[in-house]
Amino acid sequence: MMERTFEVRVIKAGDADGEALVSSEPLGFLGVVDPDSGIVTETTHSLYGQSVAGKVLVFPTGKGSTVGSYTIYRLKKNGMAPLAIVNAESEPIIATGAAISDIPLVDQMDISQIKSGDRVRLSGGLLTVYAQIVAEVGE
Amino acid sequence: MYLSDEEQAMLAGEQGVGIAQAMGIITTLGTMYGAADLIPISSAHISGVSYKNLGEAGLDYLEDLAATGAKARVFATLNPPAVDMDDWQGSPLLTTPAFAKGQFRILDAFYKMGIDGICTCTPYEVNNRPAMGDHLSWAESSAVSFANSRLGARTNREGGPAALAAALTGRTARYGYHLDENRRADYVINVNVAVPDGSSLSALGVIVAKKLLNRTPLFVGFDRELSDDEHKLLGAAMAAVGSIALFHVEGQTPEAIALGREIIAPHAEYLTVDDLAEGYRALGIVPGTTPVDLVNIGCPHSSYAELVEIADLLAGRQVRTKFWIMCAPHVVHQAQANGVAERLTGCGVALLSGACTIVSPMAQTGVRSVATNTAKGAFYHSSYNGMEIHLGSTAKCVETAVSGIWQD
Repeated sequence: MMERTFEVRVIKAGDADGEALVSSEPLGFLGVVDPDSGIVTETTHSLYGQSVAGKVLVFPTGKGSTVGSYTIYRLKKNGMAPLAIVNAESEPIIATGAAISDIPLVDQMDISQIKSGDRVRLSGGLLTVYAQIVAEVGE
Repeated sequence: MYLSDEEQAMLAGEQGVGIAQAMGIITTLGTMYGAADLIPISSAHISGVSYKNLGEAGLDYLEDLAATGAKARVFATLNPPAVDMDDWQGSPLLTTPAFAKGQFRILDAFYKMGIDGICTCTPYEVNNRPAMGDHLSWAESSAVSFANSRLGARTNREGGPAALAAALTGRTARYGYHLDENRRADYVINVNVAVPDGSSLSALGVIVAKKLLNRTPLFVGFDRELSDDEHKLLGAAMAAVGSIALFHVEGQTPEAIALGREIIAPHAEYLTVDDLAEGYRALGIVPGTTPVDLVNIGCPHSSYAELVEIADLLAGRQVRTKFWIMCAPHVVHQAQANGVAERLTGCGVALLSGACTIVSPMAQTGVRSVATNTAKGAFYHSSYNGMEIHLGSTAKCVETAVSGIWQD
């Protein structure tokens, strides 16, 4: 297990500790993440079919309609919101969504340092990644 | 970021949870953009109104927020909804009762928060016309462009939720276009081609937007004075296809007049446009001769002058295609009072009061192909509604409606 800690910028404060779900593509919310299930419905997106619920959701930046902030709000109301969001550089849709839904949000992170399945902890202005460095070699 | 005593109190919940949440949005954005402090605004314009766009998620949010008792403390206008505001049942949008119910619940939530209910993407044509230097929090990219450029007011390209939060708190963060240093032109566009009408201005806007993305152009070399409506559609094209929030026109827009060549920032880049074909191509327009289902004018919403122009062009002839013109309710009522509406409806034209086809469900109308006179309309009919699109002058759109056929 490899542990690395990074300084990040806190946009919406809050502690979190959970499993990362990572995409290297920008992510919209309106029409892209189903607010009732948390599942990504955009067929061309790398996270298609996966659920954001309860994950530390990692992606470069938001995109799409500013109404996407309301989709994040509904996810939270439905108990399907991410545990926290980590961006390379945040923009207003995600920042507003995090603010109104009380979801911790940090940015100014090199997101290539996190892989899906890693454990990620956010506390204060610090992000710690606990990465598996040895893959399972059969059972 | 500095917060006054009152702003801190609002954030801490002393004026209710709704205001605290709204202030949370404003301060979050301010922190992100490194704003020194917050500034009061003179008006807000709010997007995120259509039930088609907001869905249950947005409806939940707005009803929850209205239920906190939060009220707007500055004048605020709203973007178009997805229904005709005068006659949702009779409009050619074929709105279903269930959909109308959702839409009116949204409007009710805004009214409960004291938000005026003027529903148009052109609030500056109706009753929200800022003065030069006014600080605003406006959403709706085409309105932002007009307010910044033609009126010399100051707003960032706000999202719907942020503009609503600004209306409730009366504040926005001091960053971006609120600051002098961010308002100069960093790109000079030499217009070396005739732009005789709105659709050619649209095409010019598309070319500039594709190249500049979100920079600030100064246009030089127009051979005539552009009207308000022409500034409107040029800005709309650049805001829809790119993210241009502010442009200047030498000798015509207020800041360009005030500063002359000082409006040009050091190290500005230069672009000469001498052909508009690329603008049409970039919209995915396929030239040809083809029947058209719908001629749709009013993206952005048509002014009263534009209604008169169309009535004059039609000269009493009947249209063969559907022909819908979208305008602010004020404009429809003005046209009804002055007989212009009757001249249009007598030809088979429908006026949509406050509504917008781009944000309304269109599948039930059966419309597959649209002719329009602005790049913004063409762009969104194609990308949001999957329509086959044709872009031409207003006169050409009228002839297409009368003949039923688009001819290139």
